[in-house]
Parts: sequence; structure tokens; C-alpha cells
Amino acid sequence: MSLKIVVLAKQVPDTRNVGKDAMTPQGTVNRSALPAIFNPEDLNALEQALRLKDQNPGTTVTVVTMGPPRATEIIREAMYRGADGGVLLTSRAFAGADTLATSYALSMAIRKIGIPDLVIGGRQAIDGDTAQVGPQVAEKLGLNQVTYVNNINSCDGKEITVTRHIDGGVEVVKAPMPIMLTVNGDADPCRPRNAKLVMTYKRAMTPIERPKDGEVPHKEQYEKHPFLNITQWTEADVNADLSQCGLAGSPTKVKAVENIVFKTKESKRLGTSDDEINGLIQELLANHTIG
Amino acid sequence: MNNVFVYCEIEKQTVEEVSLELLTKGRKLADRLGVKLEAICAGSGITGHVEAQVLPYGVDVLHVFDHEGLYPYTSRPHTSILVNLFKREKPQICLMGATVIGRDLGPRVSSSLKSGLTADCTALEIGDYDDKKTGKSYKDLLFQIRPAFGGNIVATIVNPDHRPQMATVRSGVMKAEVLDPNYKGQVVYEKTDDFVPASDYVVKVIERHVEKAKNNLKGAPIIVSGGYGVGSAEGFKLLYDFAAEIHAEVGASRAAVDAGFCPADLQIGQTGVTVRPKVYIACGISGAIQHVAGMKESGIVISINTDPDAPINKIADYVITGSVEDVLPKMMKYYKQNSK
Repeated sequence: MSLKIVVLAKQVPDTRNVGKDAMTPQGTVNRSALPAIFNPEDLNALEQALRLKDQNPGTTVTVVTMGPPRATEIIREAMYRGADGGVLLTSRAFAGADTLATSYALSMAIRKIGIPDLVIGGRQAIDGDTAQVGPQVAEKLGLNQVTYVNNINSCDGKEITVTRHIDGGVEVVKAPMPIMLTVNGDADPCRPRNAKLVMTYKRAMTPIERPKDGEVPHKEQYEKHPFLNITQWTEADVNADLSQCGLAGSPTKVKAVENIVFKTKESKRLGTSDDEINGLIQELLANHTIG
Repeated sequence: MNNVFVYCEIEKQTVEEVSLELLTKGRKLADRLGVKLEAICAGSGITGHVEAQVLPYGVDVLHVFDHEGLYPYTSRPHTSILVNLFKREKPQICLMGATVIGRDLGPRVSSSLKSGLTADCTALEIGDYDDKKTGKSYKDLLFQIRPAFGGNIVATIVNPDHRPQMATVRSGVMKAEVLDPNYKGQVVYEKTDDFVPASDYVVKVIERHVEKAKNNLKGAPIIVSGGYGVGSAEGFKLLYDFAAEIHAEVGASRAAVDAGFCPADLQIGQTGVTVRPKVYIACGISGAIQHVAGMKESGIVISINTDPDAPINKIADYVITGSVEDVLPKMMKYYKQNSK
């Protein structure tokens, strides 16, 4: 049995390395000022997809991402790890999208590809932590959904059984396919499959990445190996309604962004000498703060 | 019409604490807006159990959906309930817990109704909004306030044109307070089959293990909390030892959890647990706004940090400038000496 799988992924600013230029004055993320990485939980999702591909020859894994041209990097990274190809959704019309406008665009791209057996993505992206895009895509496609998945236990193409995290425990859930799953960070990490894939796919490009003068190095390879041409779509390519894309299609608006200034308390400053620590403990015990 | 709705989460026949917290907040918002507070309870065998749990929080109308397919929770039936109920009732605000269930259900409902949803809010207020681009003014919108990206900013989100305005809030962020034990609210027993098509019951929960939380961070009077500055999982042992000595719980910042020093369920902050202890001892925690959001209502804050200018020091009552491995053993020693 071969499956059609779409992996939803996002290139995110690495929030572990945040500098002062991280935000624009408009309150959106200044992506150009930050290192961009493959959203960690999307890699967990890719791993689950690649496992199904390992078990089911003929399965195709297609990565779909929305973002600026450089988001092609994560499609290539997914191909190095074993994905068959990808689609970059990129256009000014998509800019400023909240989760609803994002899931609309992604769902239109998936419709264009054709509803697969499985759509899978990370539970949430580290730049927003909302966990909203997965369920919203599922709703727009009319698919069942299971979120917070730790592992796909079995899948026969008609039915899928997964273990998922719930508050205070775990659940095993059986559902008919097609389905949308979102995967947690405590699922197994994405292991590299074959170093040769890096050689095979290192020249894979989206049209927008081609040199402006039109002279593509190793041009003949792109004709010989169609898989080196990564698909790139705009809103028109996926028949998207402009009023539902980007800022225009976003019901949520950022009203204000404020820097936080902590109200300074009158604090007692202490060093680490035995006397000072002893004094502190005695004070805390005397006023019944501790003990 | 135009009321404030709270989706109540139910484990067997018990309404979850987070929902009671949101009912309390919802009551305040409804009072401010001069509208009713309505609650939704959907589960199996809940009739006769949930009413007395929910109404005392000042609920004017409780919608009960009792059907064997509604427990354990699966996405589609609960989505259909909310979507179809909201089409009939047209609420202006809907609140739900930022729990696994709320974060599964909220986005699905918002997608279907094409309304805006803000995750993990740390404050909710009512206010007016002028859209500078269109020149339109809006009265009495829900300000959905959450720390955002990077830790230095707080964003206020509004949904000017779409209803309901939806927000999720984590457990412990709001406080549950009974308004009146004898509050007279109306209970409507809805016909689930009118809301949920049979085809919605397709996802089956075949096994379920729920355990009581391993820690009691939410209710702990003293918390010893570690950050990236603790340095290692071994370093956290000092915290556990000290916490055991002074009868405290151990918490952590996201940086410490991400670094693998301690389990994720210890995380305090916007995307973790919100705590209100009598004493909060922050060990090697710099104090990103997301962390502070989860502990700022602590009584006394003691910060142990090698950096005298760590942001958390500004809200600390006691600042000890030094390393955790140096200071904690001394605190332990003098606690033992003095508490006898």
C-alpha cells in the first residue's frame, strides 16, 4: 500500500537567539534579523511521515510551506532527510497572515495537490506557540484531526491508530483516513536517512532562487532531473480568494505592542557570605515566610 | 444574543478548574458589557452533576449537551456543538482553556466560523479600538493580551469585525471565585442530535490513562524554581534537596526545560503553569516576560543570580548576587541550623 502524505512545515526565527531587532515597529516579527530554522516539531512530524514511507514503498512525502523565498531552505532540508519534494507558497498577498489566513492558504495548496491520505505537521511553531494552524487546516479540508500525537502506532491506509498526549496522561485513538495529525516535540526526533540525499538534492531550487541574470549554473541538470525544480505557487496558482489571504484575511489585528518595564520593587541586595545568608534565613524564619 | 460564552471542560462528571476560572473572568466581562454569561457543558451522563458546579459562578444560562458520544472528548462532535450553537446564539465573546482540549477545539471552531482566536492570553480586558487604516472606531472590544515573541513585549490583539471574539487562557492565570452559591441561572438541556450529525462520531478513543499531576505547583506555598543558570540536570538536584528541606515544590523556566535539566511539567510561565506562592525562590532565572507572566503574583520573590542586572531582580524582594551552587547549600545549612 502506498500513501500520499503532505507534511506542513514552517521556517521559524530561532527564538533561542533573539536580539533587539527581533520585532518591527508594527509589531510583527522581523524575520530578516534572526537565524531561520526548521520548526522543531515539524521535524518530529516529518519523521513520522518518513517512517510510513519506509514501511510502505511507493509512498510520497511532499512538504508544503508558506513563507518568504528563503523558506525554500526547509524544503531542501526535508528532501535531504528523505522527503520527495515540496511546494513553496510565496507571495506578497500572503504577508501579515494570522493563523486563519495561513491555514486558508495552506488548505488551498493542499486542494491543488489533491487531498492526500495524511496531512501531518508539528503541534505548534516556536515563534507563535498557538497550535492553531493544524486544526484550522483540518477544518478547511473537512478532515478529521488528532492533535498532540506522540506516535503513529499503525496505519493501513484506511485506518490509523496513534498515541497522543492529553492533560495528565495519554490516549490511544483510532480514526479513519484521510486525516490531519499534529505531532508533539516529545515524539521521536527526525534522523537523517542517507547522506547521498544531500548530494542528490543540494541543487534543488525554487524559481525565485534562480540567479536574476537568468544564467543557471548546471542548467542541464534541471532538465534531466525534474525533482530539482521545487514547486513555487502564488495565491493565483492555488485559486485563493484574495480577501481571505494575508492581512486582509486575518480577523485578528495587533492593536498594540508594548515593551515591558517591570515595576521596580525596593529590593534588598545581598552577597554570598555566610553571615548574609544566615541573616536572610533568620529573617525569613522570624517573619514566618518559610518554615 | 451578544453574550459572553465559556466552554466548560469536563472530566467524567467534574468541571475542570480552568473552566471555573474562566467563568469567573467571563462574569466580570459580562458585567462590564452589560450582557449575560452563558456556559456550555458537553459530556456523557453529566445531567444532574454539572449544574451545581457551574451556576454559582454567576452563569445566567447553562447549555447542557448530554450524549454518550461526547466523552471522552473528540474534535468533531464538540466542534459541531459550538459552531451550531454559536450560529443560533451569536455570542460576542467565547473563552476556553488553553488545555489540550481547548487548543484542539478552539482553532477548529474559529476556522469554521471564520472568527479570530488568540491563544494563551494572560489578561483580558474590554476597551475601545481605532483602526488607523480604515478610520473606523470600535467600542467595547475584547483586548486579548499575551506576551509575544522574544520575551520583551506584550501584544494586545483585537478582532474588530468577526464574532465571536475567541481566546484561550491557561489554567491558573485567572482566579476562580464563587459569585453566589444560590445563583439562579437557567439550564437548557439541548438535543445533541440536532447539533451533531452521526458522521461526527468517527474517531474512537480506545485506551485512556489519566494520572493525577505529579507535582502540586499550582497550590504550593513555596516554590524553588530553576533556570538556565542552574547549569545542568545535576544542578537541579540541589533545588530538589533544598525544596524537600523547606517543604517546597520545584519549578523551572522554559530555558531549563528546553535544555533538558528537568521535566516539562515543571515549567512556570505563559506556556506552562501559573503560580501564586507565598515565596518564590528564583535560582539562575533571568526573568523573560513569559516566565514572569506565570509568577508575578508571588508574595515574596528571592532571586539568586550571578548577574546583578538580571531582569527578574527588578521584581525581587531579595536579590542575592552569586551562583546557585554557592548560595543554595548555604541557605540549606542555615535553614537547618535555625529552624530547629
